[in-house]
Amino acid sequence: MIHIVDYDAGNQTSVKRALDHLGVDSVITSDPEDLVRAERIVFPGVGHAHSALETLGKRGLDDALKSAAGQGTPILGICVGCQILLSGSEETDLPCLDLIGGRCLRFRPDDDALKVPHMGWNALKVDRAHPVLRHVRPGDEVYFVHSYYPAPGEERDVLARSRYGVEFAAVIGRRNIVAAQFHVEKSGPVGLKMLGEFARWDGNSC
Amino acid sequence: MLSKRLISCLDVRDGRLVKSVRFVDTKDIGDPVSAARRYYEAGLDELVFYDITASSDQRGIMIDVVEEVARQVFIPFSVGGGLRSVDNCRRVLEAGAEKVNLNTAAVDNPGVISEAADAFGVQAVVLSMDIRAVSAGSVPSGSGSMPSGYEIVTHGGRRATGMDALEWARRGEALGAGEIVVNSIDADGTLEGYELKLTRMIADNVGIPVIASGGGGRPEHLYDALTEGGADAALVASMLHYGHYSVDSIKQHLHDRGLKIRMTD
Repeated sequence: MIHIVDYDAGNQTSVKRALDHLGVDSVITSDPEDLVRAERIVFPGVGHAHSALETLGKRGLDDALKSAAGQGTPILGICVGCQILLSGSEETDLPCLDLIGGRCLRFRPDDDALKVPHMGWNALKVDRAHPVLRHVRPGDEVYFVHSYYPAPGEERDVLARSRYGVEFAAVIGRRNIVAAQFHVEKSGPVGLKMLGEFARWDGNSC
Repeated sequence: MLSKRLISCLDVRDGRLVKSVRFVDTKDIGDPVSAARRYYEAGLDELVFYDITASSDQRGIMIDVVEEVARQVFIPFSVGGGLRSVDNCRRVLEAGAEKVNLNTAAVDNPGVISEAADAFGVQAVVLSMDIRAVSAGSVPSGSGSMPSGYEIVTHGGRRATGMDALEWARRGEALGAGEIVVNSIDADGTLEGYELKLTRMIADNVGIPVIASGGGGRPEHLYDALTEGGADAALVASMLHYGHYSVDSIKQHLHDRGLKIRMTD
């Protein structure tokens, strides 16, 4: 059973539908107790890091996520749910969850032709083998919508990259946490396979 | 680098798929959910559903269609037609769409663009513009002059607004639209190619993605729109709906000519 964190982030239903399609049991919850006891967590997100952090804090979900992370519960962050796993973000003065060291930075392309937000399909390049990325092949494309990108402090936390003016971390991970900047639930068969692998992952990165 | 997107537009009336030809006669060509699933499986990048249901009491059917599509299709899609308010938009987004397409409602009340962008983010708001060239020597059908030579029209081209197309595109972006659909009413249904000059003019003057629409009949038309036309994405309807071309054959053509395209198995 996967618990999907509901903090009015917008895409929890899409994530649930993708899991339903895969035949994976899931439930959407905004109860911190559920997260602490969860077997596996998807932490989705759309929109702004600032309002996301406010809502998480109000519902006590930030502490619940930290507890679950500390207990070794496998967690998959998506988009804003990926960004706020880091220590901080240029988008907000609020501290983020600090489960992976580093910050989120804003795209500042030199080239006028590169519009922000970075929206559309872009290719992945896997840097480090990871069970959740098992089926990703070189050049597989996934769907991004974002103006900020994760910049982990340690290279080893970068699992896959993409390129938009700069090369940036598209998938990050540490121990039992893995997180994608793109919308896994809207990335066609490539994203569905990642979700399927996450549903089977035991939380060990190697 | 982002790939250029291939988007298909599905017009839906009373829950059934239709394709307007020059927005005059329409004929039923099937079930929108199965068409959407077929295109998704074929590797299409994005879908647009346009609800042309006449009576508002039938609008609930569209929500059912959106929910069913969201259960079967795992690429982004947008919904337009009949969305007059932020609450209307919220209903289709909650049903599973990523984006809303605002057209006539935005012309009537431009504030709805900012309200929707504030509520859902700019990435969720697509400004769809129906545009007609003002023919040389003729007086624009609406009031006022058209510096760009193109006018915004509504009701499938039957109603002129007196709004200059380029001005409206810039204003739409300033109000919070995250993308713009440039739909040429003159080219729509002709299958003779996109209105490249118009598409280029808009693309050169806004900082958000532009989707070329109206007139796509052959893969080379899409190539032209994505290069000479400066578009980030091209919208197709009849070309796919009538089976003249497949998603794969269109993408292969664009890929072979050097464009970055998402290729799938």
